[in-house]
Amino acid sequence: MPSFAETIVALSSAPGKSGVAVVRISGRQTRFVLETICGTLPPPRQATLKVIRDRSAAPLDRGLILFFPAPASFTGEDVGEFHVHGSRAVIAGLLATLTALPNVRLAEPGEFTKRAFEAGKLDLAEVEGLADLIDSETEWQRRQALRQMEGAIGNAALGWRHDLLQAMALLEADIDFSDEGDVADGLSIKARSLIVEVRGSLEHAIAGFSTGERVREGFVAVLVGPPNAGKSSLLNAIAGRDVAIVSDIAGTTRDALEVRLDLHGIPVTLIDTAGLRETSDLIESEGVRRTRALIERADLVISLRPIDSAPDQVHEHADIAVASKADLDGTVSDAELPLSVISGAGIPKLLERISDLLSEVSIAEPALLTRQRQRDAAVQAVAALERADTAPETELIAEDVRLALRALERLVGRVDVEDVLDQLFAGFCIGK
Amino acid sequence: MVRTSESFDVVVVGGGHAGVEAAAASARFGARTALITHRRDTIGVMSCNPAIGGLGKGHLVREIDALDGIMARAADRGGIQFRMLNRRKGPAVRGPRAQADRKLYKQAVQDLLGEYAELTVIEGEVFDLEIEKGRVAAAIMADGRRFVTGTAVLTTGTFLRGLIHIGETKIPAGRVGEAPATGLSATLLRYGFPLGRLKTGTPARLDGRTIDWPGLDMQAGDDPPEPFSALTSAITNPQISCGITRTTQASHDLIRANLHRAPMFSGQIEGTGPRYCPSIEDKVSRFGDRDGHQIFLEPEGLDDPTVYPNGISTSLPEDVQQALLRTIPGLEHAIMVRPGYAIEYDFVDPRALKPTLETRSIEGLFLAGQINGTTGYEEAAAQGLLAGMNAARRAGDAEPIKPSRSTSYLGVMIDDLVTRGVSEPYRMFTSRAEFRLSLRVDNADERLTEIGRDWGIVRSHRSAAFAQQKDDINALRGALHARTVSPREASKIGIELNQDGQRRSAFDLLSYPHISYTQLASAWPELAAFSQPIRDRVTSDAVYAVYLDRQAADVASYERDAALSLPDALDLNAISGLSGELKAKLAAQRPGDLAQAGRIEGMTPAALTLLAAHARRHRTADAV
Repeated sequence: MPSFAETIVALSSAPGKSGVAVVRISGRQTRFVLETICGTLPPPRQATLKVIRDRSAAPLDRGLILFFPAPASFTGEDVGEFHVHGSRAVIAGLLATLTALPNVRLAEPGEFTKRAFEAGKLDLAEVEGLADLIDSETEWQRRQALRQMEGAIGNAALGWRHDLLQAMALLEADIDFSDEGDVADGLSIKARSLIVEVRGSLEHAIAGFSTGERVREGFVAVLVGPPNAGKSSLLNAIAGRDVAIVSDIAGTTRDALEVRLDLHGIPVTLIDTAGLRETSDLIESEGVRRTRALIERADLVISLRPIDSAPDQVHEHADIAVASKADLDGTVSDAELPLSVISGAGIPKLLERISDLLSEVSIAEPALLTRQRQRDAAVQAVAALERADTAPETELIAEDVRLALRALERLVGRVDVEDVLDQLFAGFCIGK
Repeated sequence: MVRTSESFDVVVVGGGHAGVEAAAASARFGARTALITHRRDTIGVMSCNPAIGGLGKGHLVREIDALDGIMARAADRGGIQFRMLNRRKGPAVRGPRAQADRKLYKQAVQDLLGEYAELTVIEGEVFDLEIEKGRVAAAIMADGRRFVTGTAVLTTGTFLRGLIHIGETKIPAGRVGEAPATGLSATLLRYGFPLGRLKTGTPARLDGRTIDWPGLDMQAGDDPPEPFSALTSAITNPQISCGITRTTQASHDLIRANLHRAPMFSGQIEGTGPRYCPSIEDKVSRFGDRDGHQIFLEPEGLDDPTVYPNGISTSLPEDVQQALLRTIPGLEHAIMVRPGYAIEYDFVDPRALKPTLETRSIEGLFLAGQINGTTGYEEAAAQGLLAGMNAARRAGDAEPIKPSRSTSYLGVMIDDLVTRGVSEPYRMFTSRAEFRLSLRVDNADERLTEIGRDWGIVRSHRSAAFAQQKDDINALRGALHARTVSPREASKIGIELNQDGQRRSAFDLLSYPHISYTQLASAWPELAAFSQPIRDRVTSDAVYAVYLDRQAADVASYERDAALSLPDALDLNAISGLSGELKAKLAAQRPGDLAQAGRIEGMTPAALTLLAAHARRHRTADAV
């Protein structure tokens, strides 16, 4: 637990050289800090151009200063923002100046968000959404994260909760007012139909989970084929086209084993199985086993064979069949995509095909549940509602509905929250 | 003015259901106790309907009994019709209820109180309390007498600035024909207690001899009647039936035509009434005609012709009430013995209390019953018991007792009151208890009698009776768990199971709806030796076993939170990161532990985390 007596500062934009850098400050000292280094406190929520001075009153930079008084700020505390020129010297100078002031220190990872959470500004799902939004690399990830941060889960859970509370009220009326004559019959039947409805809606959300998780973590496409099919060349050719590349992750050698792509907003990791298979001598080698596991886990299997090889070399699980080395002579079937890494012919078409297929897998609507924790809570709620459906007595139906309600509260982090907190905030970078 | 003043360990003000249990619990603990009431002969009066128990309320009565209180035994002695409500539902939501003969009930209460040598009954009106350095010092009577005491339990019911409404007529009164207590209202105001205003009502009383019974449906009680108290072996009073009738279209037309004369609608009443016990004018204006509203005609006694028409509580003018009877089948010629009325009264916001029912601001001052915003005899009595015990414990320098939500309805009620306050008269329902499946009427003594003995309010003969019963229960549980069958063996004794090869215990078998205890007893004749109540009790456990196992985790997590107490001295301003709104709520409600804090409206998990951290830090600091 941090002591809130301290005011925290951090660089909120990406580290390194940039056009504009944003340094954020939050806490009791904010007013004092702004007055000290900018001369006067700018009017709330208005970008004001100011000269920023260091301890010796020498100008550090000129920049836009913003002041958000508590409690209507991100963290619920007084918050300030310095939009300064993004040079390493300016940023370093500014942070040094700020942290030299009394009770001001650098923020720990995720501390701004943690303060926002602890001030009740965000619920747990919103915090998770924010974490994902900041980490999002592609448009799809951004949409999903934004939706979550805007409280989509909270809203859905509120809706479910509302319906279950209503079901609960009907059941309780049947139990607690059964002796009062004026209570209608058939209340538990109405309650059951509400329960079935919520259960259906939860199941739908759970079904969307795997997509949601994939959008968050990226789809996996694997390249398979015989050793001479040109998988590495294809991967390197794609890696060499700087348009689609996000980063190369495992590329410790010159040849990338996988690349992360952003195909029209869909995050895809393209993996070459070549390295795995070619290093193996024995049939039951580790490499083969791992390749098989990878193919099983993959969302998409891309099979390569040289155009001059026998057509039966296409992998049995292939979603896309590529006839490589199309600059050579050979035959190609209608189902195959001819491609040459030398001329580059067919590569755009291949990428197009990958993104088309994955769009079909994904749903048009961004998924609601994107983390295992959320899914677990929803699954628990569904299990309780399933039991409620077959419970023989009204009080037992009510008991299971109560448990489902508790699971929904867990979904938005209203209970059992402490366990997830540390893990969650530890995953943050400074200054968000 | 110098007067000789008598002194007591505990002074209980009020002789209603709360006052009676408070005085008795205090005396059981061994404190020298005075019960001060306007008139000795009104002790134990049922001022509204002549019935004890019901759904949720029946649980409280059984808990009072398990703690050796008075109400259950008085109801058994006064009961003239016993019914177990929700008999067709599961054991956790059944509720015992009894119609009582008013005179027999009152007599039983007075007789039972008479058993306590430590108890002195004093007639008179307590006018003021003497407070010295934030501590109760004495009770001052209207006639000038002064009783020295360090602890007082106020159970003044609807007597605080009570105001009766009958149509346009307003009468200051505590109950019909009895003066209100205005002096104590002023006392509470003077010490800054937050007062609110509530309203409740009662129907007209009818002369049963003028009701046309032959044309009415009748409802009989259970045969044999099941007593409330574990110490009652059988009900000896003759048992009666109640009549059932309904309001008609003509009734509703009449009420609508006179709504402007009803104090609730004319704006004459400011207090909030209970939604679950609406007046007939409320029912008609909120729920319309339907097919009429049901009325139970409940005789008030074996040799008393008065009938209580349950369901038409009203504050309409007397002439309208008389005319209303004409429109109801069976009551066309009924004579009204006395009109119905609404009563408005002051209550103290119970958030001013600790979970021991002692006020936060004055040491030694306890409040119990309707004064805390509750309604009903049972709610009042249960609070009285807790307050009386804690007053006596304070007088004897013993640790205060805070009942838990996980072990009693009493705990649920107290926790609800002191953490949430009330917005309408608080009544107990089974749905208020989240651990409902384990808080049953049939296991109240298992939950509470041994605890009650440790608290010092359960006397030895009850302890002994319970110990015997507990042995039987454990013996039966053990026997059921020890006997197991395979599906094939079960089939030989006529019990069909899934042929999955699983061995099941007799206890498991008992949880199946299609298997009866009798079947088991025919397979294992030694099981036939156990009495019916013991069989029923253990069968309930078996039926809920799966659910109770699941609930155990919930209970544990609740108890962990409840065990983390938030010290009164906790400086909220030192906890940065708490929103101003929550700080204000916490300051107002002063939750005693983390579980209570969690139930404050608008509480966020983050705020709870902060509170927990600070409380732990506080505790560590204390320990050092």
